[in-house]
Amino acid sequence: MTAIDPTAHLTDEQIEELGRELDAIRDEVIASRGEKDAAYIRKVISVQRKLELTSRGILLFSLFPPAWIIGTAGLSVAKIMDNMEIGHNILHGQWDWMRDPKIHSTTWEWDHVSPADQWKHSHNELHHTYTNVIGKDNDLGYGIMRVDEDQKWHPMYLAQPLWNFINACFFEYGIAAYDLELGKNLHKRRRKNPEFVARAKAVGRKIRKQVLKDYVIHPLLSGPSFLTTLAATFTANLIRNLWSHSVIMCGHFPEGVQTFERRSIRGETRGQWYLRQMMGSANISGSKAMHFMTGNLSHQIEHHLFPDLPSNRYAEVAVKVRALFEKYELDYVTGPLPKQVFSAWHKVFRLSLPNKKPKVKTPDRDKELVAA
Amino acid sequence: MTSAALRSRAWKLLELVTTPLLPSDYLDLVSPLRAGADLRGRIEAVHRETDDAATIVIRPGKGWRGHVAGQYIRIGIDVDGVRLWRAYSVTSPTSRADGRITITVKAIPDGKVSNHLVRKAKPGTVIQLDQATGEFVLPAAKPAKVLYLTAGSGITPVMGMLRDTKFADVVMVHSAPRKEDVIFRNDLHDLVADKALTLVELHTDTDGMLDIAELEKLVPDWAERETWACGPTGLLDAAEEHWAKHGVAERLHMERFRPTVVVAGEGGEVTFGKTGKTVEADGATPLLNIGEEAGVLMPSGCRMGICFGCVTPLKSGAVRDLRTGEITEASDSPTAHVLVQTCVSAAAGPCELER
Repeated sequence: MTAIDPTAHLTDEQIEELGRELDAIRDEVIASRGEKDAAYIRKVISVQRKLELTSRGILLFSLFPPAWIIGTAGLSVAKIMDNMEIGHNILHGQWDWMRDPKIHSTTWEWDHVSPADQWKHSHNELHHTYTNVIGKDNDLGYGIMRVDEDQKWHPMYLAQPLWNFINACFFEYGIAAYDLELGKNLHKRRRKNPEFVARAKAVGRKIRKQVLKDYVIHPLLSGPSFLTTLAATFTANLIRNLWSHSVIMCGHFPEGVQTFERRSIRGETRGQWYLRQMMGSANISGSKAMHFMTGNLSHQIEHHLFPDLPSNRYAEVAVKVRALFEKYELDYVTGPLPKQVFSAWHKVFRLSLPNKKPKVKTPDRDKELVAA
Repeated sequence: MTSAALRSRAWKLLELVTTPLLPSDYLDLVSPLRAGADLRGRIEAVHRETDDAATIVIRPGKGWRGHVAGQYIRIGIDVDGVRLWRAYSVTSPTSRADGRITITVKAIPDGKVSNHLVRKAKPGTVIQLDQATGEFVLPAAKPAKVLYLTAGSGITPVMGMLRDTKFADVVMVHSAPRKEDVIFRNDLHDLVADKALTLVELHTDTDGMLDIAELEKLVPDWAERETWACGPTGLLDAAEEHWAKHGVAERLHMERFRPTVVVAGEGGEVTFGKTGKTVEADGATPLLNIGEEAGVLMPSGCRMGICFGCVTPLKSGAVRDLRTGEITEASDSPTAHVLVQTCVSAAAGPCELER
């Protein structure tokens, strides 16, 4: 929590009015959701599948450098599309309204080592409900980093730029470990918990399938191009990981994004929940292609306000949401991708060290809780 | 190794390549009607029958197992991007040379699917299909005399029969509001001209509704005839009573097109199918809470309608979205249940959840 509350100027009535205005924006999209939107997601899925097949086909001849370059680029884009615009958004239930069992949050599986159902729990239920609440939202530093002044410093954090870089390279594994809550569950007492064991096995199975496909079967099918195809699939996974890590860092880590205390969300109203999502997220500005490749998570603020609206509608929603930020004199955090990535990394470096200034004496939270 | 075993091995290998998707996910992009795919069909033509009725020509996928005259199929079609399932009688004969099937649809007021099919459906559209089903069919042994008693769109399954099987002595008594509302009127009169059918055509706007007691005047030997009846509930109820009264109930076969009437009231009785519990619910309490209070194992998530961690198949009835007041009804299909978010949905009349 920053020292100055940027929402202090709003009265309770204003916050509830803001909530009603946001509800109205949501209702408008839902009322107009239809054939065009359905055609959009089907088209994206179709293009992704064709791109992936073609790229993998080209990679069968990856011994030839042009084939390697084109195939790797195509496969990287296909994997990014699968995870971002398609997987993330379908798993959010954004397309459940179509009632198509093939494009539904309960049946979808993605090209990622974390099984869809585990990711849905940690992402949709925990992160989206407790966005930026310190101690509740594990997305804040993923449990391995300090990304807010209010998180207690520990010497381990000195190396957090390194942790962050490693996490970026192997991001899908980081997510899988995160969804398993490995940090918590590897404790002796929890390790044998049958529920955890079952989930860990499911992750193991998913990893085996993914690795077999990308690093064994596809290279084997390439015959003499075995090694070059192996290098290509590894590169495509690396590019996908670095890209999604960057996009996701930009969602909540850049400077200007607010964090919240546990007690601040008790008895939270709809309006207050909306306000927390508005202040706890940051956008990325850029071209249509950039928005698409981020799975429209460049509209992170809009996504957090309305996580279940179809992603192709966030751009139009953003115009109305931004107008509300202005009306209520709130800071809409946004910027081009390089700027936001730099800002997030800057924070990772800055907070690897203890807070510079002696911290303004804030009341001891735990004590206050007891008193309350 | 047999070729079947080889194929299954090759398929398994293919699955290793396409994971997490299935080979069929890719094949569906280019060949949705192939053998082995989920059963689908492609609309090839839409022929107007009357102002508010049309015949849809469908090329079924390779998995289509055929139908018996009089049966119906369920189709799943995307209307405004939402997949909706409805049942329609097959109106084409089983012997149709090109393997196509037809359904004939009458647009009913506020009918989302029927209006879409009659007015907006386009050739080329791929739809979902279920195999044909229904007991309203002709028997294997041909009866000597047949009566078809129909009204309105109730003519559709009977047209499937008329086109399929020729009988020596067939009478049809058909009612429709006006001459121009009679679906298949030209086909019927062609059959009459060929002496393949005796037709009694009633226009209820001018003739009044058929009084079943008057049937004897129209078809004196009605009680000797094996009868197939299809039409509005009023006609069928009257026929049932009439045939029973004359002790010939076994000669009457009926098909009811009962549109599931959903009572979207203020709450209702909620049944949890798997757990076998039934509880009263008001119209304001989320079904998630209702289930939990009854000791049913309900999946749950954010409890505010955003995470979809709680979605549950709605097997019958209707629920109201507490946020929008919007009513969601159970689908017609026994396999493709509508999924509802229990944390923001309340009972809107009696309903059943698969938990």
